[in-house]
Amino acid sequence: METPDARLTQLLSEIGGYIYPNEIEIHWGLLIVIYPYITGLVAGAFILASLVKVFNVKQLQPVYRMALLTALAFLLVATMPLLAHLGHPERSYEIFFTPNTTSAMAMFGFVYAWYLMAVLLLEIWFDYRKDLVVWASQEKGPRKWIHRLLSLFSRDISPRAVAFDAKMEKAITILGIPSAFLLHGYVGFIFGSIKANPWWSSVLMPIVFLFSAIVSGIALVLIIYMIVTPLRKKELDQDCLYTLANFLFYAMIVDFSIEILDFIHRIYESEESIHILAQLVSGRLFFSLVVMQLLMGMVLPLFMIAGVKLFNAPFELRKLIYFLAAILVQVGIFATRWNVVVGGQLFSKSFRGLTVFKMSFLGMEGLLMGIFLLMLPLLILFVLFKLLPPWEDARSG
Amino acid sequence: MDKTEKGKTFRRRDFLRSALVSLVSLAAPAVLGAREQMKRLQSWIIGEDYDPFQHNWGMAIDINKCIGCGRCVQACKTENAVPDSPCYFRTWVERYHIFEDGSVEVDSPNGAIAGFNREAKFDQNVMRSFFVPKLCNQCDNPPCVQVCPVGATFKTPDGVVLIDPDYCIGCGYCIQACPYGARFINPETHTVDKCTFCYHRLAKGLAPACVEACPTQARIFGEVDQKSSPLLRFKRMNKVGVLKPALNTEPKVYYANLDMEVN
Repeated sequence: METPDARLTQLLSEIGGYIYPNEIEIHWGLLIVIYPYITGLVAGAFILASLVKVFNVKQLQPVYRMALLTALAFLLVATMPLLAHLGHPERSYEIFFTPNTTSAMAMFGFVYAWYLMAVLLLEIWFDYRKDLVVWASQEKGPRKWIHRLLSLFSRDISPRAVAFDAKMEKAITILGIPSAFLLHGYVGFIFGSIKANPWWSSVLMPIVFLFSAIVSGIALVLIIYMIVTPLRKKELDQDCLYTLANFLFYAMIVDFSIEILDFIHRIYESEESIHILAQLVSGRLFFSLVVMQLLMGMVLPLFMIAGVKLFNAPFELRKLIYFLAAILVQVGIFATRWNVVVGGQLFSKSFRGLTVFKMSFLGMEGLLMGIFLLMLPLLILFVLFKLLPPWEDARSG
Repeated sequence: MDKTEKGKTFRRRDFLRSALVSLVSLAAPAVLGAREQMKRLQSWIIGEDYDPFQHNWGMAIDINKCIGCGRCVQACKTENAVPDSPCYFRTWVERYHIFEDGSVEVDSPNGAIAGFNREAKFDQNVMRSFFVPKLCNQCDNPPCVQVCPVGATFKTPDGVVLIDPDYCIGCGYCIQACPYGARFINPETHTVDKCTFCYHRLAKGLAPACVEACPTQARIFGEVDQKSSPLLRFKRMNKVGVLKPALNTEPKVYYANLDMEVN
């Protein structure tokens, strides 16, 4: 018999209680935490954008295009953590060609393709088409050609054509809201439909995912808006910022309520799994769940946003508080994803013990890869901002 | 719309409709016949003498007979070339100690491949103690098959849940879905692995390796629903239970003398 290596010995020494031998290693690590985090940002940013088009929240107009491009930048990266995590990424196309119709995960490719092709790219194209034509007509060199290519060589900017663009855009946004709900609610379903895992198996899971997605998307757009605007030496739109903060606050209240409902429901029903879950929450997940997700990521920012409003704080102070609150929210939502994905694998399905998660630094599923995958969308966003300036003053009148 | 234009539209629609109907009727026999063809193909792949449609396999385990020697674990690892590390098992044995105050202690050192340490000392008196061999339950309603995104894990006609290692993408969703911890990622193939009831042996008319190796005949293998089968006889003679029945996975591994503490 081979002697177990040092890593395994250490793992074994940290296991509490009894776990099935095949459960010693955790299979869904950092990358699978990043995946729902990223898709959540996509869905959230899109829903924020749709507030402008469908619900006529005019105050948010300055961040409309920014939100759409943010959604696109993150969506382009969303598949990468999944691919990097697979044992055989070269076979991933099988999900498209021979999907198992009973599998929630098999729908991923279709949901993703639908959202990217039929919703996000189309909406962005219709929104930018007129500007692309105008920009191309005024520019020289490669930029002219890039914009001509992006406009798919259309030239018609007659009022009729522009009116058609606007009509299509609205139609796509209306279609896009249920699609964004589908995109992220569906990710919640992947976890929520696993009856073997009491930490995941909850009908509320898709809804919790959805609202935490909206929270994280709004917070992200707020952060990007607050960083990019001063960098461009422009003034922040006070109305826009307040409206963003208000929507963030409302979404957080709903998200918080559903999470608390889930929590109370579990404790009240007190099923077989309650003992091991209590052990999990009060032990290995205490910091990431109670401290980071609940206190730092939810309660504190809620008080911060409510506080500046209540005491009618001056704009400068509000800016600072909103920015800090949005950063805390991001940390909190990342912790939420962590607690779902990793937390759900820390306890044994024998309900008799807990294992540990050891993250590597290098390697396909290591910390470095995780940081890269979280930075990549920001890089893509930078390029998108250069190619398709989302600022109101860049519009072609 | 004038008449000619109208007529034209109708003609085109009619044409499309008949084209569709003829295409469907052309394909129908192929689709209907495919099921039969698949059956023949499956039988051909497995071997001339073995017809998977004639069987429905299951296993029973008599907990009172298990002595925790770990021979089954050893036999399984050898027979199926299961990686020799303490976190990969197609079958393993658990030891339960239930103490007088009701507390429970379970262990399975290295899957019990070398049996158990007999010199365990406890602070209090043991009320009852027993061994429980575990393996894939070959569920009739398998959650792992339900969730596999590409259909790489499937239920055979003879009721065994198998994995196609050339097809598995290694996403690990089935591992999450299995309530019994029966699945693992094979570190050599990077695909999912688990007990197959020694399908390669079944096809040759042999019993699984663990069943053969058990010195006390704690494992009984056979047909789930054929009258002459030792399994059915065992189920007639014993009160049997399955693991986690509330999850409705309908396991085909039955336990006699199953304790309430086992899960």
